[in-house]
Amino acid sequence: MSASDIHIQDHHAHSHDHDHEHEHHELPWIRQYIFSEDHKIIAKQYLISGILWAIMGGLFSLIFRIQLGFPNADLSWMKPVLGEWIQNGKLDPEFYLAMVTMHGTIMVFFVLTAGLSGTFSNFLIPLQIGARDMASGFLNMLSFWFFFLSSVVMFTSIFISTGPASGGWVIYPPLSALPQAMSGSGLGMTLWLTSMALFIVSSLLGSLNYITTIINLRTKGMTFDRLPLTIWAFFITAIIGVLSFPVLFSAALLLVFDRSFGTSFFLSEIYIGGEALSNQGGSAILFQHLFWFLGHPEVYIVLLPALGITSEIVATNSRKPIFGYKAMIGSILAIAFLSFIVWAHHMFITGMNPFLGSIFMFLTLIIAVPSAVKAFNYIATLWKGNIIFTPAMLFSIGLVSFFISGGLTGIILGNSAIDIQLHDTYFVVAHFHIVMGSASFFGMLAGVYHWFPKMFGRMMDERLGYIHFWLTFIGVYIVFFPMHYIGIAGFPRRYYSWTGFDAFNTFADLNQLISIAAILVFFAQFIFIFNFFYSIFKGRVSSLNPWRSNTLEWTTPINPGHGNWPGDIPHVYRWPYDYSKKGHNEDFIPQDVPFSQTPHSNFPHEKDSQE
Amino acid sequence: MATAAIEKDNKNLWGGGVEPMKVSYGKLMMWFFLLSDALSFSGLLITYGMIRFTHSAFEGKIGDFVFSDTYWPVPEKVFTHIPFTHEPFPLVFVGIMTFILIMSSVTMVLAVEAGHRNDKNDVQKWMLWTILGGMAFVGCQAWEWTIFINGSEAGRMLYDGTIFHGANLKANEYGPVPFADLFFFITGFHGTHVTSGIIINIIVFYNVAIGTYEKVGHYEMVEKVGLYWHFVDLVWVFVFTFFYLV
Repeated sequence: MSASDIHIQDHHAHSHDHDHEHEHHELPWIRQYIFSEDHKIIAKQYLISGILWAIMGGLFSLIFRIQLGFPNADLSWMKPVLGEWIQNGKLDPEFYLAMVTMHGTIMVFFVLTAGLSGTFSNFLIPLQIGARDMASGFLNMLSFWFFFLSSVVMFTSIFISTGPASGGWVIYPPLSALPQAMSGSGLGMTLWLTSMALFIVSSLLGSLNYITTIINLRTKGMTFDRLPLTIWAFFITAIIGVLSFPVLFSAALLLVFDRSFGTSFFLSEIYIGGEALSNQGGSAILFQHLFWFLGHPEVYIVLLPALGITSEIVATNSRKPIFGYKAMIGSILAIAFLSFIVWAHHMFITGMNPFLGSIFMFLTLIIAVPSAVKAFNYIATLWKGNIIFTPAMLFSIGLVSFFISGGLTGIILGNSAIDIQLHDTYFVVAHFHIVMGSASFFGMLAGVYHWFPKMFGRMMDERLGYIHFWLTFIGVYIVFFPMHYIGIAGFPRRYYSWTGFDAFNTFADLNQLISIAAILVFFAQFIFIFNFFYSIFKGRVSSLNPWRSNTLEWTTPINPGHGNWPGDIPHVYRWPYDYSKKGHNEDFIPQDVPFSQTPHSNFPHEKDSQE
Repeated sequence: MATAAIEKDNKNLWGGGVEPMKVSYGKLMMWFFLLSDALSFSGLLITYGMIRFTHSAFEGKIGDFVFSDTYWPVPEKVFTHIPFTHEPFPLVFVGIMTFILIMSSVTMVLAVEAGHRNDKNDVQKWMLWTILGGMAFVGCQAWEWTIFINGSEAGRMLYDGTIFHGANLKANEYGPVPFADLFFFITGFHGTHVTSGIIINIIVFYNVAIGTYEKVGHYEMVEKVGLYWHFVDLVWVFVFTFFYLV
């Protein structure tokens, strides 16, 4: 569609504004709420599916945490739910591995990629850049339904008799490539790969939309240096996704051929049951390279949106401009660039040349610089701020805390020499659960608390929010902090049982503590879930701009219809962080207020440009 | 045109409310999609490179070359057949294929150019040539695969003592197993792209013919499929280089 088309559409929207709403009420129910092309509905669809997946992923972690914390307990009481997976009161070891795999897959892809980016990119991009919808509403809808399809396939795989994929979320061959390797490598793995292929299509469609919408549909005056940091984060996240997911797609396709058609891309010289397989000449390490070329950027696909959301919430609730706006953008760009050239730090012990290892170590450690820039900027924004502790703000501060404490262990792990000791121990588990898992999860929760009024026109209950925050925040540290200790002692990940090793018996109490805390944290989330669903229907009705925020989404009606603004789209005259500006009678100036209306607070260079 | 006007344009280009670079969202999406697809092909070609370099190359004189598991085959000894004759013509057939595909890119350029002139008949004509070129390429590829799968009359003795002719995904007479695996997979992946390109081209051709774009007033859809088509051609150049030339 050319520029002229868009003008025609705009014109159409303007001249029919009064019957715009009316027009869309005539859409059948199914087109309004199910197969909707409205970015706000699609965002909510992503959010609700994300929440459902999070419950499931969390539940799986409880199952294996019970096994780790109470290895001698009689688990017959789970038999009504798990059936054959409980044998003689014990969890089946293969099922344990399946749970670990599914927990990782669900949390990384379905909750923190689709649930986080899908929700907030969809919801905020048009609202914050001043667009009526995504560039292509149809592709956006398609993106969600591909995700839904992928969810259905993954969900189905949990219920098949051989169990879901169980080779770890990284699905390294040969374990994942040979159906005879373990029961989860059969149909479960096939479904996993199918589901991921659909997921990648969904992610691609979504990302293409986010990128083109941000480039093409910004409202008048919304230059790139006036974009809220949320949008910058979503923009770069989408670009990372477009560049890294296709490599996983290729790797997955090759793996499908190895599994089903007898090729030897990742297989060579393998004996099973004393019999040699015919596969010759492939390389399992190759898969790791391809996988981590996605896998590492994926970490930032998960984290960057959360950091963007945090920037916005921290600035709003500190009533201060974000410290170092351009440095924040620069660090997002730097992180995105570096994310593509550090993947082999996941592979230090694969026998790679130590010299190569030291190069990847060097590149990895450089990431500490932009990350530290972000952390210090958050702290500097909070510094002497007029802080308002909303639940969203608390979760954002929690994110900053996790980002720092998890990031520090990243510097330790990034050293190839130390990694030889720590690789595949609970130290790694602790590191990435804090810095990527919990931090992103907190970013997501912060976003929900902050933009809930815009999504549903009602407020969430603050008191329940505070209780939810403190239980979760303390709980997360109790769960993951002791893991560092266990990890340094050499306790390996993914092991079903450690009772066979005398050396590890001293950690029985720590493991119990972790498991109990994990159970508590899991159930604390139901406070949020109750709050969320209750507030959709019964929450206090929100005001137009409850957080007194500057960005454009708060200039829409409380319940924006399709098209977002009933009248003309507002123009933008300033950056989004004019909080507590000297000389202005309020402590915030929204982006759509021209400089001519704020003569007392303008800096000398701040004049409305001639249009 | 006054320079002042241009400067003003550049200043406001990224200022919001306009499409920077005057590119519609559809074309922008196509560009980013191609970027993405380029990365999936890169993943495959890197796979090719890595597996190939874990195998040793043939060291001796080219005249002494025989098929063997111990080194990667020399392409001009593998791809020697052309249809209807048993005389060896190394790399001639694939050269013809490549020429056809590149010519179809040229006709696509002409279709896009005709679209700029809003010349429906010319767009129709050149789209048709492009479709025919694409079909000819896919046809040639099918033939090439058939030759590759059937192999030579002599074949080669495998470790288990059987004589094997041609290639499948588990064994081949030309060299190490991954040689044929990669050949089938990567040329197949590319062929799938060409095939889907032909299908899209046919849909666009149909729309040109019934006058859909004439009514809209421009032939941008032709440009978008054109981008895709050129990309697929460009990828072939790399595939061709890796499998047939080096």
